[in-house]
Amino acid sequence: MKIKARIMDRKKIQRAIARIAQEILERNKSPEDLALVGIRTRGVPIAERIASGIESEEGLKVPIGTLDITMYRDDLSSSQERAEVHRTDIAFSVNDKDVILVDDVLFTGRTIRAAMDSLIDFGRPRTIQLAVLIDRGHRELPIRADYAGKVLPTSRKEVVQVQLEEIDGQDEVLIVEGEA
Amino acid sequence: MQLRSKHLIGIEPLTRDEIQLILDTADSFKEVSTREIKKVPTLRGKTIVTLFYEASTRTRTSFELAAKRLSADTVSISTTASSVQKGETLIDTVRNIESMAADCFIVRHSCSGAPLLLTRACRASIVNAGDGSHEHPTQALLDAMTIRERKGQIEGLRVAIIGDIRHSRVARSNIHLLTKMGAEVRVAGPGTLLPTGIGKLGATVTTDADEAITGADVVMMLRIQQERMDRSFFPSLREFAKLYGLNRERMKRASPDAIVMHPGPINRGVEIDHDLADFERSVILDQTANGVAVRMAVLYLISQAAAGAAGGAGTPTGGAH
Repeated sequence: MKIKARIMDRKKIQRAIARIAQEILERNKSPEDLALVGIRTRGVPIAERIASGIESEEGLKVPIGTLDITMYRDDLSSSQERAEVHRTDIAFSVNDKDVILVDDVLFTGRTIRAAMDSLIDFGRPRTIQLAVLIDRGHRELPIRADYAGKVLPTSRKEVVQVQLEEIDGQDEVLIVEGEA
Repeated sequence: MQLRSKHLIGIEPLTRDEIQLILDTADSFKEVSTREIKKVPTLRGKTIVTLFYEASTRTRTSFELAAKRLSADTVSISTTASSVQKGETLIDTVRNIESMAADCFIVRHSCSGAPLLLTRACRASIVNAGDGSHEHPTQALLDAMTIRERKGQIEGLRVAIIGDIRHSRVARSNIHLLTKMGAEVRVAGPGTLLPTGIGKLGATVTTDADEAITGADVVMMLRIQQERMDRSFFPSLREFAKLYGLNRERMKRASPDAIVMHPGPINRGVEIDHDLADFERSVILDQTANGVAVRMAVLYLISQAAAGAAGGAGTPTGGAH
């Protein structure tokens, strides 16, 4: 795949995540009720980074969960990519919590729909909010991000690739040409 | 990765990677049964039929719970209360139910090969829930999942399988699975209950239970299947219990942290001593619990394989997001 543009480097990603942590604290009056839930795969390290941002700001450890949305997908019978199921791990009660769902890229919104359905099966959060590193547009559902590291207009054919140190060995956001 | 076939007839045709995929997927599905709401929408709209021509409590309940926890619709046909009693053949029964848009049949039958026959007679997915003395693949998979949980991995373990090997589809599926995954398998039982050629599957064979148990990491006891014994295979249950039954004394020969397994139902006092069934290293109830997770994984993966076989030409989606 051909790289068309480098959108964010390590520094910019760091800054964006720090800002998201800030905004989460500003908008939620009782930070002790916060919980972060990262959507596999790359939402998980981003959630962890937001949590450490909140901890250094507020001295507060926010519970973190991991969500695998494969069991909630709406495309089992049509998808070409064969989704493997991984473990969901939410060890705290989501009841009456302000749960921040975290993902790397917000695109069609279908992943977030699935994540919300899954989360609601665990209980009744007071609010569900959405934090993403990149909002690239092209929504197919009435879903928006509450916190976005960067709003990035793209064409549908392009692919936004988020690479994170914890998974890919480096921090970088790229636009690459999709397969024709 | 996905399974190559939309049917699960036995362990024998599976590759090591496919077994690994089923076990990993089962590990992920296990969490669903720990939730307050034990249900995910994964197989919403699919119709799964259990068709059992033989008695079963565990396997049938386990498959039904697995299907229900994945939100599939389940229909359970018991042969004693169906048209089977009026002489309908296996293939006719399945074809008729299939015409009501069933997606998957879970079949148990006393004839080896019955599930395989059905894969040629209908379009739905077929899962073998035990056929004669051939295979019982989901039992071997749940055993493997339990062993992995307790021992970390299967490769390099010494596993003793003891008792009625001749009538046991569980033994066959387990020998296939454990040898594929790199375990050393020893089977032991009275000569009359050791079928000829069983050694060709990759296990070492002996009539001495003590020899098989010595140094074993896993001791798997099999049920004496009296319902399949058309003649006398050993002098008395008492003698069998004495020579092959598992008791604390015999268990001392196994490795000190060896686990005890049994596919159930247990004949207490025959193949396993009363107190040993409930002993701290007995994982019999873990096996049953893992059965639901393994069957969820199997139903999910074969549905995925069926969708791949049917669709195939769908539009490529580049990451959902």
